[in-house]
Amino acid sequence: MKYEEWSKISRIASKKSLWILHFCTGCGAIEMPPVMTSRFDMERFGMAPMATPRQADVLLITGYLTVKTLKRVIQVYEQMQDPKYVVAFGSCPINGGMYWDSYNTINQLDKYLPVDLYLAGCMPRPEGIINAMMELMEMIEKGEARGWEKYRKNYEKYKKNQEMAFKFGKVEE
Amino acid sequence: MVTVVSGLINVLIIAIYATVAMMIGILFMGIGRKIVARVHNRVGPPIYQGFIDIAKLILKKTNITHGWIYDLALLFSITGIVLTILFLPIGGVKLLSTEGDAFLVLYLLAIPALGFALGAGASGNPNSAIGVMRALVMMLSYELPFVISMVALMIYYDTTSIAEIVASQYGKWAILIPPFAISAAVADMALQGMLMEAPFDIPIAPHEIASGPMAEFGGKHLGSLMIYKAGTIVAYTTLFVDLFLGGGVVMKGGIVADVVNFIVWFILIFLVFTLSLLINTSFPRFRIEQAFKFYWKYEAVLAIIALVWVYWMVIS
Ligand code: SF4
Repeated sequence: MKYEEWSKISRIASKKSLWILHFCTGCGAIEMPPVMTSRFDMERFGMAPMATPRQADVLLITGYLTVKTLKRVIQVYEQMQDPKYVVAFGSCPINGGMYWDSYNTINQLDKYLPVDLYLAGCMPRPEGIINAMMELMEMIEKGEARGWEKYRKNYEKYKKNQEMAFKFGKVEE
Repeated sequence: MVTVVSGLINVLIIAIYATVAMMIGILFMGIGRKIVARVHNRVGPPIYQGFIDIAKLILKKTNITHGWIYDLALLFSITGIVLTILFLPIGGVKLLSTEGDAFLVLYLLAIPALGFALGAGASGNPNSAIGVMRALVMMLSYELPFVISMVALMIYYDTTSIAEIVASQYGKWAILIPPFAISAAVADMALQGMLMEAPFDIPIAPHEIASGPMAEFGGKHLGSLMIYKAGTIVAYTTLFVDLFLGGGVVMKGGIVADVVNFIVWFILIFLVFTLSLLINTSFPRFRIEQAFKFYWKYEAVLAIIALVWVYWMVIS
């Protein structure tokens, strides 16, 4: 079989079984239990919560990130196995949300980690989360969710931004 | 020449046999998730989810390893579980069974668990170490009542071969004889511990110790671990069916009988697995010392009562 076909098979398998690591940083974490349990039941799409980063495929950043938490998030992200995807929850990781002028939260997650999908809303409803996950699945099948490759390619740039953030707070503006 | 050909055919049959058993195990994992979901009043994943999960894990791009012990340990446990399955009569068909294989199977059952423990230990995660410790304590606790139940069967049927125990149950299952009803109940709870289902899912407790021994497994390694898990489901349920439910043998002689027996065996292990899942969904988790106490204080006493009863039946 050709490489193309193999990668297609692997993408379909990856799409149908997304294992999630929900890194509960901010308010968005509270929306995850209804998504997992009887009411919205994400398991019907093959998604399941996982206990450790090694086993997971998707990293959910559920809300604002302080600089201290960012350090841990990066460690967790680097422990995950390729291909891996990042979904950023709520408006905080997009542009800072209501913490945009806070002294210890970062505003744009995209500067430090490659984000595959943003999920707007403060905070997004469970329907929104399911919708975003379906979107992510489509992206994976088409081969558009390539954040992990981007991170490997532009590692220097990301690393520089991360170091800056650890030293001076944030690097935006 | 003829012996070589027949030997090769034997090897082929054994390979097919093991593959089918693993496939059934993987299918059961999907069905199991579906059943649990239905109990929670959810829709649940499709029943072929296990295959997709394993395919995804095997096709992952990076696979971090923690040294060669970590790699080989998984091979060790998969080999152990395949060997166990080959020694168990499935639907009355026996591939490798010999005289005295009841003890051999008991011994073989410990190998895969030890291999798993070895791999988890090599990964160096503190949660894994706690999980392995718990798994070993669990093994120690469920094995006592289980072995006593098995000894009762061996005394009654006067044999140490599982194949013969299965053959003697033709027409009258052991579970229908009063003392063995107790033994079967005891062995079923031991099965719960072997399959690591609640209330005995102490070693892998995802919310306490981050899935314990599996904490550092990812990619291909986690995929192999899931194949191993699928094997354990088939092996342990088959052992139970062989010991107490006549191994699914309802007909004798001919290829038709074999097919019918195979189907009956499939239904029986499915029922045993479903029972264990229903217990799993209805109970919370024990602490490790509670599980130990449960097995050694209550289960073991019940098993001994059954043993004495059987002994009395045999001598009178
Ligand atoms: S986007 Fe809103 S809900 Fe989400 S973390 Fe920020 S403030 Fe909280």
